[in-house]
Amino acid sequence: MSAVQTGSAGGGRMSRFIDWIDERFPLTAMIKEHATEYYAAKSFNVWYVFGVLALVVLVIQLVTGIFLTMNYKPSAEDAFASVEYIMRDVEWGWLIRYMHSTGASMFFVVVYLHMFRGLMYGSYKAPRELLWVVGMLIYLALMAEAFMGYLLPWGQMSYWGAQVIVSLFGAIPVIGDGLVEWIRGDYFISDITLNRFFALHVVAVPLALILLVVVHILALHTTGSLNPDGIEIKEKKGPDGIPLDGVAFHPYHTSKDLVAIIVFAMVFSAIVFFAPEMGGYFLEHANFEPANLLKTPEHIAPVWYFTPFYAILRAVPSKGWGAFLMLAAIVLLFLLPWLDRCKVKSIRYRGWQFKVALAAFAVSFVALGFLGLQPATEKVYVYAARFFAIIYFAFFLLMPVYTSRERTRPVPERVVYHGHE
Amino acid sequence: MSEEASVSRRHFLTVATSVTGVVGLALTAAPFIASFRPSTRAQALGAPVSVDVSKLEEGAMVRVVWRGQPVWVLHRGKEMLDRLAGEKAALKDPDSAESIQPAYAKNATRALRPDYLVVIGNCTHLGCAPLERFEVAPADLGPDWVGGFFCPCHGSKFDLAARVMDGSPAPTNLVIPPYRFVGDDLIIVGEDTGAVA
Amino acid sequence: MSRQSPGLRLRATIASLAGALLVACSATALAAGGAGGGFAQPANNDVSNVASLQRGARNFVNYCQGCHSAKYVRYNQLARDLGMTEEQVIANLMFGAAKPTETMDVAMRPADGERWFGIAPPDLSLMARSKGTDYIYNFLRSFYLDPKRSSGVNNLMLPNAAMPHVLWELQGLQSAVFEEEEHGGIKQVVFRKFEQVTPGKLSPAEYDEFVRDTANFLEYVAEPMKLKRQSLGILVIAFLLVFGVFAYLLKQEIWKDVK
Repeated sequence: MSAVQTGSAGGGRMSRFIDWIDERFPLTAMIKEHATEYYAAKSFNVWYVFGVLALVVLVIQLVTGIFLTMNYKPSAEDAFASVEYIMRDVEWGWLIRYMHSTGASMFFVVVYLHMFRGLMYGSYKAPRELLWVVGMLIYLALMAEAFMGYLLPWGQMSYWGAQVIVSLFGAIPVIGDGLVEWIRGDYFISDITLNRFFALHVVAVPLALILLVVVHILALHTTGSLNPDGIEIKEKKGPDGIPLDGVAFHPYHTSKDLVAIIVFAMVFSAIVFFAPEMGGYFLEHANFEPANLLKTPEHIAPVWYFTPFYAILRAVPSKGWGAFLMLAAIVLLFLLPWLDRCKVKSIRYRGWQFKVALAAFAVSFVALGFLGLQPATEKVYVYAARFFAIIYFAFFLLMPVYTSRERTRPVPERVVYHGHE
Repeated sequence: MSEEASVSRRHFLTVATSVTGVVGLALTAAPFIASFRPSTRAQALGAPVSVDVSKLEEGAMVRVVWRGQPVWVLHRGKEMLDRLAGEKAALKDPDSAESIQPAYAKNATRALRPDYLVVIGNCTHLGCAPLERFEVAPADLGPDWVGGFFCPCHGSKFDLAARVMDGSPAPTNLVIPPYRFVGDDLIIVGEDTGAVA
Repeated sequence: MSRQSPGLRLRATIASLAGALLVACSATALAAGGAGGGFAQPANNDVSNVASLQRGARNFVNYCQGCHSAKYVRYNQLARDLGMTEEQVIANLMFGAAKPTETMDVAMRPADGERWFGIAPPDLSLMARSKGTDYIYNFLRSFYLDPKRSSGVNNLMLPNAAMPHVLWELQGLQSAVFEEEEHGGIKQVVFRKFEQVTPGKLSPAEYDEFVRDTANFLEYVAEPMKLKRQSLGILVIAFLLVFGVFAYLLKQEIWKDVK
């Protein structure tokens, strides 16, 4: 509707200019397709803001990242000092760096919540399998991006974290050791490794991420957004061809998303300005010590967003199986659309089996994340990690069984919307 | 609320939100733009340079680097100052009206003290470093030459006060940096009695 | 500020991850206690206290900088942040450095440090961020006589520390009393208390104050922009609140269309 406004308000010259562009590039058509005439359910709840927030964080990371590369030096000799140079000598460098470090963690916060939304409301189910798989690829690229980015400050945690994770590839039979050497390009994590991780972190993976995000959005706009009731709004259209339960993305969802973005910006700013280290979880204390090849920090744990998988790895007393299960824990997420046999999408109308399973899964994921941060010496933690790892895998592996026996409730014809307010 | 009131309320809120948003974006962009300015380290490296001239003989010149630029310090004795006063060649800007120099160097000798010329040795034409040609009337520069600087790149000529001569491609006199004296023999380049440049 | 205390760390864990379901596990970790036994205390320092920072800076250059650098810190930045003129900094804090724009380096070469102490004295620019201010405060207070060490002293926070007790003239010398305790059949040596052997130039309270100022200075040095970011943060969030009010009202207005 605002497109109509701009069309008439802009008057002759502006609309002639738009016409000139439209003859050469589908500008108006794209705005219509993706904003003013893209219809999404009016019944979105707060769980539906995390997609757009992830996009906001991506932009923050790209912009702050570009500015960081202007002063960062990717060499073992200078990396640590160049980060302190940014923090102290570059005007506003500290702000840019804190935004980037906070953005890294907040990316995972919003992506985990976004994924959990998908689990709850069945956003991965047909016809959105590809959307889910592309989303998982984004998640994978994000993990690669975060992992390689974490090496760059060249602190103790950077160094030893990379050491541990790169060593994991050594668990692959036959080619493992050669592969580890190939990744490092040296016999240890060295200047060479740092330099290539820098290239991958600032060029290769971001390009892949942006491409995947575009594909993700195009796939979403092909199938249409789902909603908390798991109803396809396209099936009920009015005489004008507009879904009865849908409202235009712009201005309805955009105005709502803007509020969400501002609330998010407040949380983000609170961290950047008042707790950039976030108690040692966003910026780990040991990472304020330059990398020392001779001394491993006392407690070595990856950054919090990797710890659920790290806990699974440590729960297994075999390097090979530990690494395999860690990988499996991620691969299973890809298979979700085909593991779930239930026809009903949204948790609102699904049987108790799925509700219990999802709750257990969520608890085990958080618990594993907590356990992955704890020192490996306590036996209690190892047993707890095994217990929760079993729940984690059971959620996926038993899914074909419990979802095919679910007694579901009838799904309504139209979305449940209690009006605004 | 009437239809009309609702429309104007919506219009007001749209404008208010947009304006606040644009202001917010501008405020966010400011630190990023400011981060391009010389960092504290660059400023430290560009800190004033001190030149001890106690051993600099009359007619001799030293070069120092300040902020990546060559700075010349020329000890002009009485003989050189006399030549400067009795100059015949026409100057583009004898009173330094167009050129860049601190107020205290905007005089006949372009210097704080006539006996020392402190000047940035980059030709104002295209940035080459002119050569010191202090001799009088050499074969290549002609009989009118009373000593000065000659740029080998495009032939700009400057006198002993670094003023550009007519017929040179260089548009203005050479730039004089801020400087001050500490005692008689120490020159601080890059800083004057006012403040750090 | 107590970064190293497992109790606080754990509390932060729970708060930020909402992993409240594991309170049982955390209780066992809490009971385990930290380094320094019952001795360690919070530094209770205040980075906004400029007078304390000035005293801390003087302590640092007089007692620490002989061996330890703060190589990311520039003297002229100290002048700006600590409310001193550059002349004051030159007169009081700069020994050996030529220009106020230089960083707080150390004359001793790392190789010499390694030969004398077995390990090169670390740079202290970021020590308060990696180890915590409380750690520094307690470290400097917990040297005790130990004839087994070549330096004659040991440390409660960092057992077998390579560093000698540089401040012994101020604190005096103290010995540590340990007792054996039995917990479920396992014998443990537990620290009980310090006993003053020879008095120092400063009273214990004065010495704590001296160390507090020094630790405070190191906390400032680790993150010089700390106060600035906090005060800016308030403005940013206030701006976002205003923006948020407009955006929320606009959203409410637009969504009136939706029935």
